[in-house]
Amino acid sequence: MTTVAVKPATMAQALGRALRDAMADDPTVHVMGEDVGTLGGVFRVTDGLAKEFGEDRCTDTPLAEAGILGTAVGMAMYGLRPVVEMQFDAFAYPSFEQLISHVSRMRNRTRGAMPLPLTIRVPYGGGIGGVEHHSDSSEAYYMATPGLHVVTPATVADAYGLLRAAIASDDPVVFLEPKRLYWSKDSWNPDEPPAVEPVGRAVVRRSGRSATLITYGPSLPVCLEAAEAAQAEGWDLEVVDLRSLVPFDDETVSASVRHTGRAVVVHESGSFGGPGGEIAARVTERCFHYLEAPVLRVAGFDIPYPPPMLERHHLPGVDRILDAVARLQWEAEN
Amino acid sequence: MTVMEQRGAYKPTPPPAWQPRTDPAPLLPDALPYRVLGTDAAAEADPGLLRRLYGELVRGRRYNAQATALTKQGRLAVYPSSTGQEACQVAAALVLEERDWLFPSYRDTLAAVARGLDPVQALTLLRGDWHTGYDPREHRIAPLCTPLATQLPHAVGLAHAAHLQGDDVVALALVGDGGTSEGDFHEALNFAAVWQAPVVFLVQNNGFAISVPLAKQTAAPSLAHKAVGYGMPGRLVDGNDAAAVHEVLSEAVAHARAGGGPTLVEAVTYRIDAHTNADDDKRYRGDSEVEAWRAHDPIGLLEHELTERGLLDEDGMRAAREKAEEMAADLRERMNRDPELDPMDLFAHVYARPTTQLLEQEAQLRAELDAEERHHESEGAAR
Ligand SMILES: Cc1ncc(C[n+]2csc(CCOP(=O)(O)OP(=O)(O)O)c2C)c(N)n1
Ligand SMILES: [Mg+2]
Repeated sequence: MTTVAVKPATMAQALGRALRDAMADDPTVHVMGEDVGTLGGVFRVTDGLAKEFGEDRCTDTPLAEAGILGTAVGMAMYGLRPVVEMQFDAFAYPSFEQLISHVSRMRNRTRGAMPLPLTIRVPYGGGIGGVEHHSDSSEAYYMATPGLHVVTPATVADAYGLLRAAIASDDPVVFLEPKRLYWSKDSWNPDEPPAVEPVGRAVVRRSGRSATLITYGPSLPVCLEAAEAAQAEGWDLEVVDLRSLVPFDDETVSASVRHTGRAVVVHESGSFGGPGGEIAARVTERCFHYLEAPVLRVAGFDIPYPPPMLERHHLPGVDRILDAVARLQWEAEN
Repeated sequence: MTVMEQRGAYKPTPPPAWQPRTDPAPLLPDALPYRVLGTDAAAEADPGLLRRLYGELVRGRRYNAQATALTKQGRLAVYPSSTGQEACQVAAALVLEERDWLFPSYRDTLAAVARGLDPVQALTLLRGDWHTGYDPREHRIAPLCTPLATQLPHAVGLAHAAHLQGDDVVALALVGDGGTSEGDFHEALNFAAVWQAPVVFLVQNNGFAISVPLAKQTAAPSLAHKAVGYGMPGRLVDGNDAAAVHEVLSEAVAHARAGGGPTLVEAVTYRIDAHTNADDDKRYRGDSEVEAWRAHDPIGLLEHELTERGLLDEDGMRAAREKAEEMAADLRERMNRDPELDPMDLFAHVYARPTTQLLEQEAQLRAELDAEERHHESEGAAR
């Protein structure tokens, strides 16, 4: 039996490897953005790509997000497969007109004649001590735009597998990278990269019987920790990692909630108009007769993202999740 | 030792990083719009080209009139006319090779038609039976773009991609004077110049952005001057002089094709009709201004030149009008037929594969349509 060198890799490295492999497999894949070339990106995700593939394939663009996405649209019109990096969540906003008016609807406008196979990578979320404009959870804006896929990995393996799938997709994908998980590690066999994951499938990360925590991206580790802590209180929590907000995997989510009878949605994004409202509505519509309690949400407050010294009060933590679980009307059971 | 202490050794010099860059002088536009018709330059113009331009202008004007009439009859939801701007529209189409790409705005259906697109397909957006009525890749005409200036970065990206692939393709993008104030205009020109992309930007300065005149849009010496700030040449041309526009655009396209990078062309023209059929231009401009521009009409200018030089007679004019009438009659005939609509198309092209959410909504609409049909049937039976 041969032994394989299994060593730890970070999520940032897994994302970089996914880009590298995609570029090696498909000469139409082009990476572009601010500082992605010589520097390798501010999070070093694109490290080494310009060196390996040349600056025409991994391009430092002028500093203009609408221009980056707008020119990527033109490149995709010509048959390339651009992968655009937005430097931070809040700095993607200048590109929203291109995203909403063109990227999301070009397939539709042209009756399928000219789909845009574009991937837009966006580092998002808080918990890294960033000063203002560096920690937004912008997923609800993207979710509200028909025609986009919205995908977010929570594990090192998914970072690779989902990014490969996003790049291979013939539809535009907004690929949200949880910043605070960039340095999370997992064992990794460099000779055998993880599987390419289909976009649109949620996965049960922890099986349990008492209630389901529905979450994604940066909140997955928090939910898993909460589930461990809940064990001591006598709750056996199931944790579903959505991985894809659009398309939404109603099947996996509903199956879990029908099985447990209770659900809490957990995310950093604010609750008002946030993803949790949509998810709670979908669960309620599909699982009403199985529910023992209303679907609850544990979310960021409905405030502009706070300064770093106060952010821990804002982000959903283990205690807030356990408090919500405690409010799931267990009395009725006794 | 600090700098302060070694004062004697300190020599004032320019900032070390500063390097002289592009010399702006060759990039500057002419002081006056470049003209051919009615000038000495006209003698060098190719008579065949002038005749061709004439036929296209006459056809273009008839097309505008027909589309406007169809709008009044309720056959189009809205029509932004390019009457008065035919020289720009036609020249933009004629300077391109088959493999090149045109990036039109909502006002530029005539450019697409002059390029060879079926007018019915060009007008789909404005009739409202779908957004884009043609396959952009088949015709190398991007979808008519409504959000102002947002088509410009697409043209740059496409030209850049073609260049990277080693293809000999030029993109020509149209934008209005108002559109030059948008951020995407700036970003597109900047990207184009940095990448030296084979792209030509044609600004049709028709005097207005709906009601807002150019004076409220910019304090630049001219729109063509804006090119200099990006390090690309700016050209100013009489937009009603079809020969001049054709010449300036041809040069810009050849320059781009030869690897010389982008050019910004400002064509000075005038929107003779209101912004669209829904606009009331009496609120912001006087008849005398419109009349002054009617006296500088693209067809009039070219007709004068051609007849003066004996290149066009009454028969030639009649032949051009007859061809235009044929096009108009065919357009009328086909636009007077109701388009075939399939409500299920709403779901057909949102994603490559519909999401489960869309499949559910599709089923809902299907059920509503079936119920509607049953209702009609039972009403019919009762009668
Ligand atoms: C981003 C954006 N803002 C506003 C509008 C509404 N709008 C449509 S046409 C127009 C005027 C455009 O003027 P100009 O660029 O000069 O082009 P023209 O209509 O004169 O051809 C406006 C304000 C729009 N289409 N897109
Ligand atoms: Mg205008």
